[in-house]
Amino acid sequence: MINLHWLYIFAGAVFAGFAIGSARDPSNAKRWGNAAFWGLLTVSLWFGDFLGDIGNGILVLALVAIAGTHSLGRGTTESTTAEEREASSSRRGNTLFLPALVIPFTAFVGTLLFNYTPLKAAGIIDPKAVTLVLLGTGVILALVICYVWLRPPAFAAVDEGSRLANSIGWAMVLPQMLASLGVIFAAAGVGTTIGALVGAIIPSGSVFLAVLLYALGMVVFTMIMGNAFAAFPVMAAAIGVPILIHQDGGNAGVIGAVGMLSGFCGTLMTPMAANFNIVPAALLELKNQYGVIKLQIPTAIPLLIANIVILYIAGFHL
Amino acid sequence: MINYWPLLGIALVVVGFALRFNPLLVVAVAAIVTGLLGHMPFLKVLGVLGHGFNENRYVTIVWIILPVVGLLERYGLQEQARNLIGGMRGATTGRLLIVYLAIRQILSALGLTTVAGHPQTVRPLVAPMAIAAAGKQRGELDEETSERVKAMSAATDNVGLFFGEDIFLAIASILLIQGSLASFGIQLTPFQLSMWAIPSAICAFLIHGARLLLLDRKLARGK
Repeated sequence: MINLHWLYIFAGAVFAGFAIGSARDPSNAKRWGNAAFWGLLTVSLWFGDFLGDIGNGILVLALVAIAGTHSLGRGTTESTTAEEREASSSRRGNTLFLPALVIPFTAFVGTLLFNYTPLKAAGIIDPKAVTLVLLGTGVILALVICYVWLRPPAFAAVDEGSRLANSIGWAMVLPQMLASLGVIFAAAGVGTTIGALVGAIIPSGSVFLAVLLYALGMVVFTMIMGNAFAAFPVMAAAIGVPILIHQDGGNAGVIGAVGMLSGFCGTLMTPMAANFNIVPAALLELKNQYGVIKLQIPTAIPLLIANIVILYIAGFHL
Repeated sequence: MINYWPLLGIALVVVGFALRFNPLLVVAVAAIVTGLLGHMPFLKVLGVLGHGFNENRYVTIVWIILPVVGLLERYGLQEQARNLIGGMRGATTGRLLIVYLAIRQILSALGLTTVAGHPQTVRPLVAPMAIAAAGKQRGELDEETSERVKAMSAATDNVGLFFGEDIFLAIASILLIQGSLASFGIQLTPFQLSMWAIPSAICAFLIHGARLLLLDRKLARGK
């Protein structure tokens, strides 16, 4: 069965490519720091299951040491000049989009095939890994098409991949680090503590105030944890189920769904949701690492108000 | 008696991020401090951190896409995205991003959340197109404007994803809500939950769409 381990092997190879590509770039003064950083991630992807918990912990500390001492840099060489790219774009035209669209197309067709044909029952692909397996398949297909059609130098994929990887840098592992922080928070009982704190300040008698506290609790807790998934079970246990559903007789479907969506408004406003908010800032080479969050706040706040209104009206008055 | 000390870890994250220390460093320090304040010995904290990191490797797999994006950029993908928009009459940044917002919400509502995203579509296609459209509206772009247009492209992807995906029945968050409520004896079908994601999705489209139109007006004014 094709499962996550196959992808770890493939991803490890890609990260080894980032390490090699970084080491090959003399225009990057800190290239050995970059090579070590991507090399450690390669080790994690390939051998993480054999390192033991403490071994993995030391690996994490080593990654943090490289990033924390500012030992990551980026090169200045460009493989093609602006004129060459312009010329290539006018010669090849919109066909250039095709390899880029192969990846979403594979995900689209693959998801449909997996869900609506006997493929799922055949047990070839682990259902938990299917999204990532399709991503991997799309990437391999697109790489093959690029090499056959564009005939780049052999090392081009390695060099171009590491050029992008080094422009994003440490932000690439931040989401995984935050997920590990979530594990520590859970082990230290942070969720239960916050649930108890919120539960202690519930106003009695006012449905609207309880709705407000529930939605704001989802937002604040989501902003702390970086995702609404961690916040929902805690807020449901503290307010959603005992007060809104049982005591005040609210519609459970509305309380559940719109409560989660209130949390998503919090996701738009927190650097802890790194893969949505910090990584794109790095990926788009923004000067301000909080540039994306800053622009999302004016959407998130009116949307939160809308969600509170929906919770109150659809939850209690329909 | 509840131990409130681990909450100090949250404060460390907030302060560390606000002072713009390296975020990896902030997160690691906060993790270790939180664990120690939660009465775990150091080696135990290190083990939990290492275990958590290893279990969450799948989060990092998405970067396998970078060699493809890099290769296509080498052959002028971003330039072509710009040329395409440059040749379209009436294309503006706001209209382009509104179309993208609608597509992203609809695809996510059909469960196709991974067909688009920051590395897949925003960096190679959407952001260069939005920049090209802004250039048509305004002429030469100053740095502040181009930062704003790029950040708005990323923000539009997030809003489209977050406020589309919950309409799909089999998405992780709907299953999580269903599971959490079931543990309190409240039995709901995914449909009873996902139908209530529709009003919020419409509000998200209207609110964010209005902001995109405002962005257009701002871009036109600066000309």
